[in-house]
Amino acid sequence: MSEISERSYANSDVLVSTQWVADNLDNPKIRIVESNEDPLLYPSGHIPGAVEVDWTSDLNDPIVRDYISQDAFEALASRIGITPDTTVVFYGDKSNWWATYALWVFRLFGHTNAKIMDGGRKKWVDEGRELSREAVSYEATQYKAAHDRDDKTDRALRDDVLKHVQASGQLVDVRSPAEYTGEKLHMEGYPQEGALRGGHIPGARNIPWSRAANEDGTFKSADELRKIYEEEQGLNSGNPTVTYCRIGERSSHSWFVLSFLLGYPNVRNYDGSWTEWGNSVGVPIEK
Amino acid sequence: MSDIPAKLQESIEDFSFITTRTERQEYLIQLAGSFDDVKVPERIAATPYDENHRVPACESDAFVWAEENEDGTLKFWFDVLNPQGLSAMAMAVILDQSLSGAPIEQVANVQSDIVLDFFGKSISMGKGQGLMGIVNMVVAEAKRRLNT
Repeated sequence: MSEISERSYANSDVLVSTQWVADNLDNPKIRIVESNEDPLLYPSGHIPGAVEVDWTSDLNDPIVRDYISQDAFEALASRIGITPDTTVVFYGDKSNWWATYALWVFRLFGHTNAKIMDGGRKKWVDEGRELSREAVSYEATQYKAAHDRDDKTDRALRDDVLKHVQASGQLVDVRSPAEYTGEKLHMEGYPQEGALRGGHIPGARNIPWSRAANEDGTFKSADELRKIYEEEQGLNSGNPTVTYCRIGERSSHSWFVLSFLLGYPNVRNYDGSWTEWGNSVGVPIEK
Repeated sequence: MSDIPAKLQESIEDFSFITTRTERQEYLIQLAGSFDDVKVPERIAATPYDENHRVPACESDAFVWAEENEDGTLKFWFDVLNPQGLSAMAMAVILDQSLSGAPIEQVANVQSDIVLDFFGKSISMGKGQGLMGIVNMVVAEAKRRLNT
């Protein structure tokens, strides 16, 4: 894959290479954060000095289906020893699917000084770079979030999406084609989406999240991405866009691609996604 | 006869003594390290695998096979194509140790929520569904044998 700077991204500074991370392991202004789909990966070995942010135990409210409050985010940020000036570099498994999710949650609280390590954990491992099993801790800080959780700018809630649908807004369903058509709900005897109805939100285009990633986990170039999202699927970069999947994790990857790599000015991630929409009474569905 | 295979009961009891997340993770990582012992041999299947053996909902690309033992019980085999799918590998090892060779009637009655006994109740929904999918595939193999 070409160098990040050669891929014509709208905001190439949101990505850093594995070499850049290796060169900055001891930089006190940088905090490396691993976020994974598989909870066993970080304890099995991580980038030296990296801390873990776990989706279930760190970013979600333990009772309400929602993200943590401002207080809890400040406690988390303080625990991993960052300040608002710290550059947080996320990486993880699954082509950085969970890493983009963690970055998205950090942005809800105004921590915009955040980047993704291109290629994620897989690329680091494939390059034979060092992994450590040493426990990592930093001196706690007194982090003050820039603002309370912002549920409007990068996040869409169910009623926002309903209005968006009624206005024929641009939607991207990043699930697999079988999930998009609702076919998966009819596979007998296997765990499904946890939704009563199968299908997709009316008007949504089906662009599986993984199409934005190369085999090695790196992001495709801007030209390749435009070919997929715009030439093939007809997205208009200027239109407000909502991405969704099952619970908002895969769609955060596509949100990242559209917002930063392609520079769409108005993209929101609907984290309620299909587990909310497919269970909601009275909302419209297409198959 | 108990409703639950004896070795499965023992495994669940072993895990019930674990009190911390770190201890649980270490134990599961150790189990995942034995995955080669349960990986499907070429005499059973070779890549590309028949999609009928793929575990639905498992993001780690797990596959399950069952081989009939001489005594009529089943030996379960697995593969996990994602080299980073440690949880799926650990689950496969647990299922082989707990259910291979157990009475088929008991295997057919195993509930998928045993995943929570091993991975804890705080596991994410997606991960839990994938792991439960592996259990369901094993159970489905046992049911299929019972119904033929």
